Amino acid sequence: MTKVVLPELGEGIDKAVVSYWYFKEGEKVNEKDDLVELTTDKATFNLPSPCSGTVSEIIFHEGDTVNVGEALAIIDES
Amino acid sequence: MEFKVFNLGLVDFKRAWEFQREIFQEVKNGLLESGLILCQHYPVITLARTANKKNLLISEEELELRGIQLYEIERGGDITYHGPGQLMVYPIFNLNYLKKDIHLFLRQLESITIALLSDFGIEASRYQGLTGVWVRKEKIVSIGIAIRNWITFHGLSINVKKDDLANFRLIRPCGMDIKMTSLETILSRDIEMDRVKDGLIRIFRDTLSVNLKEEVVV
Repeated sequence: MTKVVLPELGEGIDKAVVSYWYFKEGEKVNEKDDLVELTTDKATFNLPSPCSGTVSEIIFHEGDTVNVGEALAIIDES
Repeated sequence: MEFKVFNLGLVDFKRAWEFQREIFQEVKNGLLESGLILCQHYPVITLARTANKKNLLISEEELELRGIQLYEIERGGDITYHGPGQLMVYPIFNLNYLKKDIHLFLRQLESITIALLSDFGIEASRYQGLTGVWVRKEKIVSIGIAIRNWITFHGLSINVKKDDLANFRLIRPCGMDIKMTSLETILSRDIEMDRVKDGLIRIFRDTLSVNLKEEVVV
């Protein structure tokens, strides 16, 4: 199980809003696939999947606010 | 870092959107350090993925009748309008060469356009924590970017010509009741788009300490 964590995005940025999930729970992803799009201020950015596997849990949904360091989803590599 | 300027002229939004993706791939693959695309668009309304469609104040059929295109795109922000009187600025910049800081880059884009407007004798500023650049309470520069792999795309639009502001009445720009202004409206004279472009390239270079590799017409 690998957690997909919101990384550091710059000075003074402590959170972002989930704007779009490219995958649903239960779907297979490859390492580096764009997994989720987030928004901060007037910028969107994508988080790539850190590994290949199945999206076993989406913790934050579209419209939710996530803090830096929090897990957005869990990928099952088995 | 070096950047290459691409002048596209007056093009469909879609053409510039595709061109951005081509340059993005070149930057991602290391063929180019960074690119700056400059162009003007035929009338188009763009919606961010998180935009509220209620901010589009006329029907899609009416838009078609008026020859205004509509696209949903992957930048940040809400809804905006672009037309031939605006200078569109798409920096495809690799922040791995600068600083990996999303808000810093947005503030730098604001600083660049504030300096540009200052060269024209216009005192512009940031306003109440709202991204973009304002002259008093009217907006002159709109910003909405996307970042993938720390490479930026989409960008900003500068209202240059005075005739192009009427279509903003078809939307609530950025989802707010904003009045737009332009260089020509403020200065009450004609402004050459090329003068704005040349000034902008110079200020990009100086503000970000980046070198202009070459400028091409595409």
